[in-house]
Amino acid sequence: MRYLPHSAAERAEMLGVIGAADIDALFSAVPARALKNFDLGLPAHSPEFLVETHMKALSAKNHAGADGPFFVGAGAYRHHVPATVDHLIQRSEWLTAYTPYQPEISQGTLQMLFEFQTQVAKLTGMDVANASLYDGSTGTAEAVLMARRLTKRNKIVLSGGLHPHYRDVVKAYLKDDADLECLSASPEGQGDILDHIDDQTAAIVIQTPDFYGHLRNMKTAADAAHAKGALLIVVITEVVSLGLLEAPGALGADIVVAEGQSIGNALNFGGPYLGLMATRKEFIRQMPGRLCGETVDAEGQRGFVLTLSTREQHIRREKATSNICTNSGLCALAFSIHMALLGEAGFTRLARLNHANACKLADALAAVPGVEVLNDSFFNEMTIRTSRPAAALIERLAARGILGGVPVSRLEPKDPTVANLIVLAATELTTDADIAALCAALSEELA
Amino acid sequence: MSMNNQGRPTGVGTSGFASTSGSSLLPNEPLLFEIGDTEHSGVDLPDVTITMDRLGGFERKTPLDLAGLTEPEAMRHYVRLSRLNHSIDSGMYPLGSCTMKHNPRLNEKMARLPGFSDIHPLQPTSTVQGALELMNELSHWLMTLTNTAAVALTPKAGAHGELLGMMAIKAAQDAAGQSHRTVVLVPESAHGTNPATAAFLGYSVKPIPARADGTVDVQAVKDALSPEVAAIMLTNPNTCGLFEPQVIEIAEAVHAAGAFFYCDGANFNAIMGVVRPGDLGIDAMHINLHKTFSTPHGGGGPGAGPVVLSAALAPFAPVPFVRKGSDGLELVEHAEDEALGRITAFQGQMGMYVRALTYMLSHGGDGLAQAAQDAVLNANYIKARLQHVFSVPFNDYPTMHEALFDDTFLAGTGVTTLDFAKALIDEGFHPMTMYFPLVVHGAMLIEPTESESKQTLDRFCDVMEELALDAKSGNAARFTSAPLNAPRRRLDETRAARSPILKWERPVEAMKAAE
Repeated sequence: MRYLPHSAAERAEMLGVIGAADIDALFSAVPARALKNFDLGLPAHSPEFLVETHMKALSAKNHAGADGPFFVGAGAYRHHVPATVDHLIQRSEWLTAYTPYQPEISQGTLQMLFEFQTQVAKLTGMDVANASLYDGSTGTAEAVLMARRLTKRNKIVLSGGLHPHYRDVVKAYLKDDADLECLSASPEGQGDILDHIDDQTAAIVIQTPDFYGHLRNMKTAADAAHAKGALLIVVITEVVSLGLLEAPGALGADIVVAEGQSIGNALNFGGPYLGLMATRKEFIRQMPGRLCGETVDAEGQRGFVLTLSTREQHIRREKATSNICTNSGLCALAFSIHMALLGEAGFTRLARLNHANACKLADALAAVPGVEVLNDSFFNEMTIRTSRPAAALIERLAARGILGGVPVSRLEPKDPTVANLIVLAATELTTDADIAALCAALSEELA
Repeated sequence: MSMNNQGRPTGVGTSGFASTSGSSLLPNEPLLFEIGDTEHSGVDLPDVTITMDRLGGFERKTPLDLAGLTEPEAMRHYVRLSRLNHSIDSGMYPLGSCTMKHNPRLNEKMARLPGFSDIHPLQPTSTVQGALELMNELSHWLMTLTNTAAVALTPKAGAHGELLGMMAIKAAQDAAGQSHRTVVLVPESAHGTNPATAAFLGYSVKPIPARADGTVDVQAVKDALSPEVAAIMLTNPNTCGLFEPQVIEIAEAVHAAGAFFYCDGANFNAIMGVVRPGDLGIDAMHINLHKTFSTPHGGGGPGAGPVVLSAALAPFAPVPFVRKGSDGLELVEHAEDEALGRITAFQGQMGMYVRALTYMLSHGGDGLAQAAQDAVLNANYIKARLQHVFSVPFNDYPTMHEALFDDTFLAGTGVTTLDFAKALIDEGFHPMTMYFPLVVHGAMLIEPTESESKQTLDRFCDVMEELALDAKSGNAARFTSAPLNAPRRRLDETRAARSPILKWERPVEAMKAAE
């Protein structure tokens, strides 16, 4: 077995040193009826090339993003990741290190996390960011719980433009909670969340660009929330939008949560991704997740450590701010490297390119008979209403080799008003030919 | 062509030059923001012109101020930073409870196949049948290895799995009209995530004391059980590295009281293919794919924490899950009775599923059992070689995959567990886990994993022995000053926490100069 270094002779020699008759003697605490009392019926070990053959066969059964025109978004986006990023994150020292609990020999990871926190704080316009959470959806649930701790109030209002999966995750985290108010879907960008804020409200949660692609007014939301002593949580699923849109921190957000997948990370069928979380300085001690801070060593040299761990489970146990332990370190590294490669100049160009391609897509779709574009404002994603039910239409497009977006009914099956809606995204990878192919296919299917 | 040796120093350290930027092998790397600027970029993208009329008036006005690097600069920055990290590939990493085993590169290669990495979680399921098949196959392995009825793949890490498992227990009890069960029993030796998870869900935590031999007393559990108890959260093998000998009796007592048995499966690596937790009576158990099934730790994640479930809890698994349908495999994203709902946006850690299954297929059922046995053999070997100089708190049973020592052997030396751990750095090893589990004074928890050769284990034991004897001989200075052979000396953690600096800010001088 290529991963196990011992020879049979070495095993025997080691058992001799231990003074055990055989390996089973080391399992003597296991009740006899539970020890190796079974035949697993699993295949035996396999050479590398056979494993590779098996996995490649499974992979080949999937339609990959590069196989044809691709317009799927809705919380995960297909962007180009520079080759440098993937090379660097596979270096042993990044890939096979543990959480930096021994800072003297983990300065690489720690300095990277410090740089990552700085990048996220700058992007969001907030004072501080943590060292990442699992993803945007769980991050949203954590933000809601954080707002409750901060305000000592319970009522939470979720905008109808929040990603339905994010809403469902918040619901699961706040099981059976009468103080959670979920506003109904608002595919036209309409919203009356401001009317739902009262003096019991801990926080309102607004996504922008929202699930349907509309850009939401954070400033009026922040002002209305603050007037009642409530917090504004801003959720962003497409972090590239921050290259073109105003930072939530500049508009009054109290907590910003984002899905960071778009930068540095592949689609991966849903994971691993990374949750970004940033907030105001005065709220740090209620923020969940790891934080890296600057300090000095015994010789006065600058160095970095994990800090404020009195918030965390391994110190506080049942009094911790969250049970989170492992986060998304390697995805944060990929994000940080990609963002460093982009820099302000590259990131701005990337955002503009995304928006330009989305404008082309919107204009082309609007010209297709039977298609109505619902958005006045958008970044790289939009919603269309089609003259036929969306789910079947998307299947027919897939049969033509075109992944034409997400039928909203897939996420909101109980809401008949969304049955004909499709959410589509364009990125820097979208070509004019892709858009032409999609529109031609839609024209034929809807004729 | 011969090498020009003129002027080449023949001795070491003859330059007498102390570099402030370190060497290329041990660099003092400046921060990204100190070497990059907002003009530099390592990505070529066309500069397209856009109008602002579709941005709703929300276009950015505050500057991003994000530093950029060209590709060669970025390569060097991150390679130089990486050299400041210890890693499994560069040396033994015997962190107890963390299972730092070898991460095969075949796993990485397979995870990057476009049919896995370049597929979207919401593209039509007809176009991702291979991905669903992979999830099914992984589920089969996990259920077979644990002898359980179901598995929820979606949790993003071990602690997330704990949360899901306890949510499933809560949902099952709510459905059975048992909502009055508000207490969760947690042994004192448990991981911090256990009580944090229980508290997160509104349970009150009742600690169960450890027995003098390091295991949980079935009588203590029975005494703590009541109609208010919802579940016990028990780690097995436990955090002292011991298999709980009365685990079956504990499960029976818990079930008899109408409660559930949540097993923390962080230490499944010790028993995979050798003991099936389902045979012990567990109802839910998370499996850390990043420990047991070799997906990389990546400097702190991403992990993956699938949860296996007993038949009693299977109906309360979250969405989404894979099911056989008339037209191939289906992804069930909305259950008819959404008892638990959804705990993450999409399908969980697909990238980790691919790596874990690749590892399972490489090892096979036989290899996994051999790996578990080698992990246990290695830990017992370390314990056997060191117990004459180190102090062993629990010696009634063979240890499993971890060797646990306390700090009794350091009494009167002026050396603490922390000092001892830092001295290990100077000898080229990553320290063991320190001060955990909490039930042991000055704990040193050593987990070699199955990946270490006998030669490495011998060298590690030689070093450990030499250090212990040196500490006992009165050479405390070697320990209290350690580490000396690391990129940094000990760092001031108190200072970091007292006045936190959590991001880089432009030096004040530079700000003034710019004005």
